[in-house]
Amino acid sequence: MTALWIAVLATCVGCFALKLAGFALPRRIVDHPSVRGAVELAPVALLAALIAVGTFTTAQRLAMDARAAGLAVAALLVLARAPFLLVVIAAAATAAGLRALA
Amino acid sequence: MTGVTIELQTRRRVGRDALAIGVATGAYGLSYGAIAVASGLSVAQASALSLFAFTGASQFALVGVVGAGGSTVAALVTALLLGSRNTLYAVRLTGLFPARRALAAHLVIDETTAMAVTHADRVQARRAFWLTGAAVFVCWNLATLIGAFAGDLIADPAALGLDAAFPAAFLALLAPKLRERPVLVAAVGGAAVALLATPYLPAGLPVLLAVVPALVVAQRLRRGTP
Repeated sequence: MTALWIAVLATCVGCFALKLAGFALPRRIVDHPSVRGAVELAPVALLAALIAVGTFTTAQRLAMDARAAGLAVAALLVLARAPFLLVVIAAAATAAGLRALA
Repeated sequence: MTGVTIELQTRRRVGRDALAIGVATGAYGLSYGAIAVASGLSVAQASALSLFAFTGASQFALVGVVGAGGSTVAALVTALLLGSRNTLYAVRLTGLFPARRALAAHLVIDETTAMAVTHADRVQARRAFWLTGAAVFVCWNLATLIGAFAGDLIADPAALGLDAAFPAAFLALLAPKLRERPVLVAAVGGAAVALLATPYLPAGLPVLLAVVPALVVAQRLRRGTP
């Protein structure tokens, strides 16, 4: 077997194991009042970090480009309680439009 | 409007949103398949990752390191680092799945988590998770195959604005939760920490560091000083 196949299979096994590990924690720990708040808040903080890194960084450097405009339009539409699909399409169209003009 | 009508509307909306996320992920899957093959992976290797690793950030990272001529160990470590946020998502979601746990675990990714956590109702949360998981899994895997075979014919996701679509989608999904002040503080803190850490830490770690503000806010809430 080639080294590349070994890396591919190890990634498959490892990524599944990482997901399963979260399920393996006993409920009495996950639901314990002392950790419940952190368990609830962590995914939201991680997804918010993902939004920030996905919008304002390129190749591990801070960056400000058409994606920022897309996110700004999305934020305005979210505040106006626009439907999900409209928010997503408007953000993509804003970024794509700015790039087409540039 | 009656409660039944509202529930029906919610169900329709969740189905439509799940499908939209699936299609958008598929567009990225085309690009993943093309880049994987261009980086030296076979079609079988690219597809094995989409079927069994099934976590886009890790897959893109692995083919990126391989394509740049990095060692296979470096590729594996980077992929696992990016995959480790799924562990934290799974801790949050574990209570939703008394049955079919292995299958549910396999579908724990950014998109399914974002869709599930927006629903306080457990039945709706579970339904949003399964629908999104199924839509993304099917689209991602089909797109991987098409991208791997069609290669250069595929449009650049950035030209379509897809790289702006995903942050927008996550923002829209999280928005109702962000109206609670502690959640907003944890989210803004997480975003700030990740951005500040990005120039200094390897890919994957900055996003993981977002748990630190989440822990701080949770601790303060417990002490009753939000």
